[in-house]
Amino acid sequence: MSSSAPTERHVEVLDEVVIRFAGDSGDGMQLTGNQFTNTAAVLGNDLATFPDYPAEIRAPAGSLPGVSGFQVRLSSHDIHTPGDAPDVLVAMNPAALKVNLKDLKEGGLLIVNTGNFTDNDLKKAQYDHNPLEDPELGRKYRLVRFDLNAATIQAVEGTGLSNKEALRCKNMLALGMLYWVYCRPLETTEKWLQQKFQDKPKILEANLKALRAGHAIAENAELFQVQYKVPPAKLPPGTYRNINGNPATALGLVAASRLSGLPVFYGSYPITPASDILHNLARYKNFGVITFQAEDEIAAVCSALGASFAGALGVTASSGPGIALKTEALGLAVSVELPLVVINVQRGGPSTGLPTKTEQADLFQAVWGRNGECPLPVLAARSPGDCFWCAIEAARIALTYMTPVILLTDGYLGNGAEPWRIPDLSELAPIPVRHTKDVENFRPFARDPETLARPWAVPGTPGLEHRIGGLEKEDVSGNVNYDPANHEKMVRLREQKILGVAGSYPPTEVFGPEKGRLLVLGWGSTYGAIRGAVERAHARSLDVAQVHLRHIWPLPNDLGDILRSYEQVLIPEMNRGQLNRLIRSEYLLETLSMPKVQGRPFTGREIFERIQELAG
Amino acid sequence: MPTLETPKYKKADFVSDQEVRWCPGCGDYAILSAVQMVMARLGVAKEKFVCVSGIGCSSRFPYYVDTYGFHSIHGRAPAVASGVKIANPELDVWVITGDGDALSIGGNHLIHAMRRNLDMVVLLFNNRIYGLTKGQYSPTSERNKRTPSTPFGSVDNPFNPIALALGAGATFVARSVDTQIKHLQGVLEAAHAHQGFSFVEILQNCVIFNDGAFEHITSKEVRDDRQIDLQPGRPMVYGKELDKGLRFTPSSIEICAPEEADLWQADEGCGARAYRICHVQENGDLPVPMGILRQVQAPLHEADVHEQIRLAREKLGEGDLEAALHAGETWTVT
Ligand code: SF4
Repeated sequence: MSSSAPTERHVEVLDEVVIRFAGDSGDGMQLTGNQFTNTAAVLGNDLATFPDYPAEIRAPAGSLPGVSGFQVRLSSHDIHTPGDAPDVLVAMNPAALKVNLKDLKEGGLLIVNTGNFTDNDLKKAQYDHNPLEDPELGRKYRLVRFDLNAATIQAVEGTGLSNKEALRCKNMLALGMLYWVYCRPLETTEKWLQQKFQDKPKILEANLKALRAGHAIAENAELFQVQYKVPPAKLPPGTYRNINGNPATALGLVAASRLSGLPVFYGSYPITPASDILHNLARYKNFGVITFQAEDEIAAVCSALGASFAGALGVTASSGPGIALKTEALGLAVSVELPLVVINVQRGGPSTGLPTKTEQADLFQAVWGRNGECPLPVLAARSPGDCFWCAIEAARIALTYMTPVILLTDGYLGNGAEPWRIPDLSELAPIPVRHTKDVENFRPFARDPETLARPWAVPGTPGLEHRIGGLEKEDVSGNVNYDPANHEKMVRLREQKILGVAGSYPPTEVFGPEKGRLLVLGWGSTYGAIRGAVERAHARSLDVAQVHLRHIWPLPNDLGDILRSYEQVLIPEMNRGQLNRLIRSEYLLETLSMPKVQGRPFTGREIFERIQELAG
Repeated sequence: MPTLETPKYKKADFVSDQEVRWCPGCGDYAILSAVQMVMARLGVAKEKFVCVSGIGCSSRFPYYVDTYGFHSIHGRAPAVASGVKIANPELDVWVITGDGDALSIGGNHLIHAMRRNLDMVVLLFNNRIYGLTKGQYSPTSERNKRTPSTPFGSVDNPFNPIALALGAGATFVARSVDTQIKHLQGVLEAAHAHQGFSFVEILQNCVIFNDGAFEHITSKEVRDDRQIDLQPGRPMVYGKELDKGLRFTPSSIEICAPEEADLWQADEGCGARAYRICHVQENGDLPVPMGILRQVQAPLHEADVHEQIRLAREKLGEGDLEAALHAGETWTVT
C-alpha cells in the first residue's frame, strides 16, 4: 500500500445517492448500513432505508439465500423512499454480487471484496466462472476490486485476534472506505463502537482499527477517482433524530401512557418483525411500563385485556400469524368494550409466508377478520416516524371509545429508518381518561351520549362490583341476555360507536389539486413511493393528487366526496387489492387497483409510470 | 391506637342478583356457596376480589358472585387473570375453571401461570366430562369412557390434575370435594392464605352427564376409608375413627397403625412424596389423597415485576418523556 501524501482529488457535489451494502447474513451488513445511516442523519441529510435480510438467522454461509442487504438513500432534499436502483453497490461475496448486480445503475460504483472470490465461494453462489474476469463488468460499472479480507487482517494486526475474529471487522473496513468516498466523519461510528464494545477492549480496538484503515486506504490508495458530498437537506426547522418504525411505536406507547396517565401493560410473544417493540418497551421500566412475555399469542392479548380490565392501557403486538391467534380475544374485547391497542407489524403471508419481507395483506384481517358482527377501528402508519403518532392515536381512540383498536404497520416501516422531527411536548394532546367512581349512577353498559362509550369501572373501586363477559348482554345493565331484539340493538350500538370514531378525525388532507383527472389513494408504508411519484408527476404538470389514509376503519366522513372529485382513483397497495375492494364496496366507485405482492415495497418509478399512463 | 376495621360481611354480600342457571343437583351449587362463605370471612374488602373464568359450566361462576368478575374465553382465564394481577397486585384474584377449560384448550396458560407463581387462587372443578357441550369425554375422563364422541370408548389417557400441577411447579396444590363442605372451606381458606399460585382441584359431580363419577371415593359410606386428608405437619391418618395410618417406604406407600404414620410434608422441596401419593389408584386399597399436597414458598412473579420498575425508577429517576424523545444523536435544523 502506498504511504505517499494524499493526492488532490476531485470532490463532486451530489443531490442524492443510493447505496446498497450486500453480503452474507454473517457479514454485519445491517449494522454497517445502520451506521452509515446514522452518520448521514447527524449530518442533516434526509434519508430512507430498506433493510432486506433472510428469514434464517444463519443461512448457509456464502449461499444465495443467505444474502443480506441494506439500502440507504441520502439526499439534500425531502425524500420518501429508499430509492429504486442503487448508485453504489458494496458486494462482500459472489452471492451478494449475483443477487444485487441487476439492480445497480449503469455506470454505478461497484465495490467488490475479492478476498471472498475463491472457487469455493463462486460455487456456493452458483457461478461457473469468476464474474470479475468478465471485461463487460468493468465497462458497465466503475468496478473497484479490493481484497477486504487481507486488508482487514493486516489492519487489526497486533490486537491479538485470530484471523477468523479479525475477519468479522471487514465490514468496518468497508464502511471506513465509504465514509471517505462520501466525505463522512468517523465519529458517530467510533462513539457507537466504544459504547457497544466497552467490555471487550480487544474487539473494540480491532473494529476501530479496521474502520480507520478503510478510511486511510481509500484516501491513499488510488481506488477511487472522485469523492462525493451530499449536502444537508432543507428539512423544516426543528430538532431531529433518526428513528426506525418499531422503536417509534414503542416511544408512542410510552407517550400515550404519559398523556393518559395510565401505565402501559404490554403483553407480547416473540415474532418477526414485531419483537423489537417488546425489546424497546422492556427498557422503559422507569416509565412504569410493564412488559409481559407471554407463553403464546393468545396469552399475550388476554393478559393485556385483563390489564385493561384492571385499569391499565393494555397493548399487544404481533405480525399476521400471531394476530390470527389473537382473533378470538379481539372479539371478546369488542364484546366487553374495554380499551386495547393491538399492533400488527405486517409481513408477507399467508401462513408463515415471508417472515422478514414486507406486505400489506392483513387489511381485511384487521377490518373484518372476526366471528360475528365485530367492528373495531383500524389505523395504519405511513412512515417510520409516523408509527409514533399512530401509536398515540390508537391509544386515544381505544381509551375515548372503550374499544380495541388495530394499528397496522409493516416490516418495511418497522425496520426502516428516517430522520424524524422530534415533537415538542406541547404538540402532544392529553388523552382524558375517567375511571368512574360514581356508585349512584353506575350501570356497566350505560353509554356516554357523545361517544357511546361505556363507563370504565376498575376492580378495587368500592361499590362498583360488576361482571363482564363474552355472552351477549342487555343494554345498559350488562346482564346476560339472549333476547333477539336486544341482540340486534347491541350489535347496532357497537357498530354506531365505532362508526362515530370518524367524527373525531381531522379533515382528510389532499396533496395536489382538489379535483381533476387522477387521485392516487394509498395507505400505510406505500406513502413514500406514492408521494415521490406524485411529486415527479407534478413536476411534469400531470393532473394528479394524493390522499393517504391513516384511518382505514371507519373511513373518514369526507372521503366519499373527495374520491368523487376525480375522474379516476388509483389504489396502489402491497396486496391483491384489499383497500380497493373496501373502497369499491363502501362508495360504489370503479376504482383502479394497483397490486404488488413481492415482499418488497413499491418503487417510485413503478407508481410514476402508472400515473403517466393514466394522467399523461 | 385506632386499628383499621376489617370489613364485616355475610355470605349474602357475595350473592349477586343473577339467577343461578346450573342444573338442579349440580355440584357447582355447593362450591359456589362454599366460596361465598369463605370470601365473607377472609377479611378482604369486597371490591378487591376479581373472579375470572373461561368457558364451560363452571365458568358461569363469576356471574353469581357479587364481586368484580370476568367471564372470558375458553381456556384463557389464567392469562386474563395474570394481566389483572400484574397490573394491580393489590387485587385478590380467583380463577374458576373446569377440566376441559383448564386442561384441554387452556392447558398452556395453566402450566405457565403455575411456573410463574403469581399470587392467585385457581379452582378447577373436575367433573371428568364436557357438560356445557352435552357430554363428550374430557381430558380427565377415564380410558374407555363411552360418550357421544366416543361411542366405542375413549382411547385417551386421562390427566391427573394434581400430578400436572406438581410437575408445572405450582407452589400450593390441594384437592377437595364439592359435597364435603367443611373440608372444602378449609382448603379454600388455606389456598387463599398461601402467597403464590394456589391450585385446588375440586371433584365435582355432573348430575346430567357423569353422575356418580366420584361415588367410589366420595359417597358417605366409603369416603372415610377411601380418602385421606393430608394436612401439612400432621400424621397421615384416616378412617372414621382415624384408626389407620400411611407411611412411605422406599418403593411404595403402606397402611400402618395411626401411631406409626408418617408426618405429612407438604413442603418437601422435590415434591416426590406428593407426586407418589397423588398416583394412588382410585380402586385400590390405599386411600385417595385430599387436602394439601404441596405448599412451598417461592418468589412472586408480580412482585418481582414491580420491584424491577421500582429499582429502575430509583436508579434512573422517573421516566422523562422529553429525554426519551431526544435519546441518541440529534441535530437541529434552523
Ligand atoms: S351439565 Fe353437569 S356440570 Fe353442567 S350444570 Fe348441569 S350438572 Fe352441572
